[in-house]
Amino acid sequence: MDIFNAIIQVLDSTIRLSVPLLLACLAGLYSERAGIFDIGLEGKMLVGAFAGASAAAVFHSALIGLGTAVLISVAFALVHGFASITHRGNQIVSGVAINFIAAGSTIILGQAWFQQGGRTPALQPGERFEAIIWPGADAIRDVPIIGPIYAELISGHSILVYFAFAMVPFTWWVLFRTRFGLRMRAVGENPAAVDTAGISVAWLRYRALICTGILTGVAGAYLSMVQNGGFVKDMTAGKGYIALAALIFAKWKPVNAMFACLLFGFLDAASIRLQGSPLPLVGKVPAQFMQALPYVLTVILLAGFIGKAIPPRAGGVPYVKER
Amino acid sequence: MSTPYAKLPAWADYGLIPLINLSVAFIVAGFVVMLVGENPFRAAVILIEGAFGKGTGIAFTLFYATTFIFTGLSVAVAAHCSLFNIGTEGQAYIGGLGIALVCLSFDSVLPWWAIFPMAIVAAAAFGALWGLIPAYLQAKRGSHIVITTIMFNFIAASAMVYLLVGPLKPAGSQAPQTRNFLAGAELPKLNWVIELFGAKIRSAPLNICFLLALVMAFLVWLLIWRTRLGYEMRTYGHSPKAARYAGISETRIIITAMMISGALAGMMALNPVMGDQHNVAIDFVSGAGYVGIAVALMGRLHPVGVVLAAILFGMLYQGGAELAFEMPAISRDMIVIIQGLVILFAGALEHMFRPYIQALFASVSPKSVGMQAIKGTGA
Repeated sequence: MDIFNAIIQVLDSTIRLSVPLLLACLAGLYSERAGIFDIGLEGKMLVGAFAGASAAAVFHSALIGLGTAVLISVAFALVHGFASITHRGNQIVSGVAINFIAAGSTIILGQAWFQQGGRTPALQPGERFEAIIWPGADAIRDVPIIGPIYAELISGHSILVYFAFAMVPFTWWVLFRTRFGLRMRAVGENPAAVDTAGISVAWLRYRALICTGILTGVAGAYLSMVQNGGFVKDMTAGKGYIALAALIFAKWKPVNAMFACLLFGFLDAASIRLQGSPLPLVGKVPAQFMQALPYVLTVILLAGFIGKAIPPRAGGVPYVKER
Repeated sequence: MSTPYAKLPAWADYGLIPLINLSVAFIVAGFVVMLVGENPFRAAVILIEGAFGKGTGIAFTLFYATTFIFTGLSVAVAAHCSLFNIGTEGQAYIGGLGIALVCLSFDSVLPWWAIFPMAIVAAAAFGALWGLIPAYLQAKRGSHIVITTIMFNFIAASAMVYLLVGPLKPAGSQAPQTRNFLAGAELPKLNWVIELFGAKIRSAPLNICFLLALVMAFLVWLLIWRTRLGYEMRTYGHSPKAARYAGISETRIIITAMMISGALAGMMALNPVMGDQHNVAIDFVSGAGYVGIAVALMGRLHPVGVVLAAILFGMLYQGGAELAFEMPAISRDMIVIIQGLVILFAGALEHMFRPYIQALFASVSPKSVGMQAIKGTGA
């Protein structure tokens, strides 16, 4: 029973840890499917986290916090669009720039506004998203097997967690069952064809980037308003890059993205749980190895040793109308 | 990297446009300073005085610049081959491992002038090795070099943390770093050069790596514009198809370019490790690899430009430290914003002002933008 409880706990934290990855990964999916590489997921999440926690603390409302997070994150996404769509700049360079501006400005503004060494004030109960206890969760808790699964894994998360997982089928539907999704995929593969059909390539790509901004904003809000009761500097700590890795691992497909993020979240949860205790068969695994594993796996995948990751064909190339 | 824009005179292309882009970046940074409630002009004065006002300031500025010359050259060499090496950070980190191995083995028996060449070779070799794997994967398996180098940065960070809290940490020590090197692994300072000009220096870590950096800048210029290899790299950078048609081996050129880039990145570690801290500590690179991206873009991938841009960033780092004393609301992280803005305006938005400048040139003197030539050919 102890082992079962331990497994439930690890899976529970797997869900919590994979939510920001999943949101950021789906965010990247929209922009990369539309042919815009986005290294700036990390930065957009970070400004989202900062804006969300600041606004929630100032206006005492979690919803205003979430709204601000999304707004600021979309603004950063539009800067990326302005550089890479309107001015046909290098998308990688623009993404790198956004990450730096985000990292620096959140610290400077946080220190200037709140004077707590780059932190935002600790959020009070009504200012963060609380866990939702599903009906009957407490009653059924003591039932073996089903009880803990229902009470710990399914119930007891915040609304953003359910939102993140609901975004998986929604994104699939948008991508493969709507006109917008079809055009978006087309613009990522062959923008000239979309242009010939009389559809604006730039406007489509801008819309895809707005979707990216919304999702990274929610991802940031989750970090600072659910996982942590406030913003801490550099709190994304490379999650945007892991999300990017997960996106490649998922071969740019929404359902695969969920599994990739759950896998990377599980590796994280397991490394926290193990913390130096030996594993059967392999013995003691250094925590650093577990931390590096998502990156190693992605490199191996990219090298084509487990399947082949083929990115959208027009990714990274600015579209120039023929004259 | 074809540009769909008409030609400008060289001085406008290499002088005016970067200057305009840079000014816009600093104006936006000025707005951030205002948002924090400080006076941007006073901030600029403190920053420049902090960097060049005293001898110590100049020495520190050049010390930081040394680091950025190496990382800037590293990014620039790869970029000439149209490879975006974001992995400079990780390659420098692993380069530090090579230096640590040499210094820890020999610092008790050999003098610095014997250890220094070995350390250069070790740093370059380790950095090159860390660049080799992504390069191989790009050349042979088509995996995108940007993504693999990002992944390798994280892998390098994990590996170094593992080594520095484990095998490389002296027994009984708590700090995650190697033991301090003995005198044999300390590089001579260059502060006396600045003192020749009458300035007083209390203690600054400027060391002979600065000269090494300048030599490397010259060698990179020689490589890119005066050798067959550099010509092949530039050809591949302009048009991989043309390079293939000319019989240039894609695999060889990608791998060579990335190994040179990685070697330059690895050599960056010499400056902080042997010149200043005399140990290898966790996160000693602290973002210098990423600064290299800004430096390379600002220097327009030319070694002279890289050296100038590196000095500018050295100034920002040193002046920024002074600024943090004078204006508590502005910490050193202001530099990170400026760095981001420079990358945005000098890199991603480099063509934003170009059409306007072209229109201006065309109205003042049509000849300068090649209008005459087009008429002459008659189409």
